[in-house]
Amino acid sequence: MKIAVCIKRVPDSETRVKIAPDGKSLDEAGVKFVLNPYDEFAVEEALRRKEQAGAGEVVIVCLGPAAAQETIRSALAMGADRGVLLQTDRIPADGFEVAKALAAELKDGGWDLILFGKMAIDDYNHQVGPMVAELLGLACVTAVAHLELAPGTGTAEREIEGGIEVVEFPLPAVLTTEKGLNEPRYPALKGIMAAKKKPLPTKPVALPPGGIEVLALLPPAERKDGRIVGEGPDAVAELVRLLREDAKVL
Amino acid sequence: MTAVLAVLEQRDGALRKVSHEVVTGARRLADGLGGEVEALVFGTGPVRGTDQLAKYGADRVVTATGAAFASYAPEGFARAVAEHAQAGGYRAVLFAASATGKDLAPRVAARLRVALAMDVTDVAMEGGAVTATRPVYAGKALLRVQLGGAPAILALRPNVFTPVERPRPGAAATVALDLPAGRVIVKHVKAAAAGAVDVAEAPIVISGGRGLKEPANFKLLEELARAFGGSAAVGASRAVVDAGWRPHADQVGQTGKTVSPTLYVAVGISGAIQHLAGMRTSKVIVAINKDKDAPIFKICDYGIVGDLFEIVPRLTEEIKKAVGH
Repeated sequence: MKIAVCIKRVPDSETRVKIAPDGKSLDEAGVKFVLNPYDEFAVEEALRRKEQAGAGEVVIVCLGPAAAQETIRSALAMGADRGVLLQTDRIPADGFEVAKALAAELKDGGWDLILFGKMAIDDYNHQVGPMVAELLGLACVTAVAHLELAPGTGTAEREIEGGIEVVEFPLPAVLTTEKGLNEPRYPALKGIMAAKKKPLPTKPVALPPGGIEVLALLPPAERKDGRIVGEGPDAVAELVRLLREDAKVL
Repeated sequence: MTAVLAVLEQRDGALRKVSHEVVTGARRLADGLGGEVEALVFGTGPVRGTDQLAKYGADRVVTATGAAFASYAPEGFARAVAEHAQAGGYRAVLFAASATGKDLAPRVAARLRVALAMDVTDVAMEGGAVTATRPVYAGKALLRVQLGGAPAILALRPNVFTPVERPRPGAAATVALDLPAGRVIVKHVKAAAAGAVDVAEAPIVISGGRGLKEPANFKLLEELARAFGGSAAVGASRAVVDAGWRPHADQVGQTGKTVSPTLYVAVGISGAIQHLAGMRTSKVIVAINKDKDAPIFKICDYGIVGDLFEIVPRLTEEIKKAVGH
């Protein structure tokens, strides 16, 4: 099993968003960056599939700034074999440009699987995996919550509104992973030490801005201060009256 | 001139409600362009509900029929939409950012080699350009963007574009497409429990957190949801999903679903930042929590401080009386 896992360095989910002076981007001062949580499922799945096959290679591919080497190392510490950083300080808002850069790196790699998290928790673009599949002409299933593989073929389950789609696909394929697919391992100390010695070449890339121009990054609409209706079950009647007469939602 | 293509969804031969929202978003852009809206839906035959689309602003409704379109076929649909979009020369192509739309829109954008704005909560024509607003960092910030692609491709977040009546001709047409489904095949759909509403699309969401104390107590929330008469879904915080009490499909928050229901009721949820991010765009928020200093009370519209095990059953009774179920 030769598996590529495409990952992203993102602000931790506890981050309080502060907007940079340019009014278009995140102020990164004091922000803790982590491996995108959905990508952890992709890394874990790749490692399990390689372990089950008894042979193969798991390669981490990341587009990002120099600091993303640390993010790649965290995936190597989980057990991946090697990494590559496509280094750029500017990740365009247009996910298709990101997909083109990744597809150029992955092309002709002889992969059995190319895995992505279903989305990144910073830009919520939710698109790079299936775009890479289109560019490489590979089959693709997104938001995979359960996976079974057989020689040359696979079956995946993906959540849809009010149900689960059971999807068959041929290998090689691009899959994007959903929470629930597996329980990602924590890197052991031995893995962290080993990760420091694993190959991690850096290739500079320059991406065009593409078809999306950022006009502004804005704070979300403020909500009015909350109002405590009362305490205990006796406040329920007043709450229901407010929902009906004030908020008009009943 | 047909300006905007609205790609709709059906299940089991009936149009999904989110389709009206996509037509509403498309109408808004088409009005800005002084053009027409064409709605496109796939099926094996006629799709129930398409006759209602004129009311929401569709100038033309095209039903593309083919044996491959019985259920969602990612590659067949992507090819059909891309070819249709290319032939029609639209300024914009709109999808729902539903489970299907999130899968289909990126494939179509890549085939057309243009950009895609995902999970959009507002669209407009400004100075001749398509602009969109989309929540990023799980709703902790909003990104305003301008799309340069021809066509501009957008997927609209469910429950945000309230359908507006805006009657247009809605001329119906059917085209037979003899296309293969592709290599990726949906074998079947395991349906959730009958009548279950998805948290991402439900107009009312009742969510529970660690304050429920144990998984079995979620039945209190299920009873409250039922009192609303089938329009409410039960959601959950990350803590209880990670503990295995509830399925991930129900999780609201940054690593779960971002929701915008008309009414969000948070029960026994303290309001961690990553949860607030997932539900802060709800129209009305009610919080029930025993800790009066819980962060959830800072963003709720109405709060009740106290024991949820006393408050929720009373609320269920009062809602039954108020809505008559």
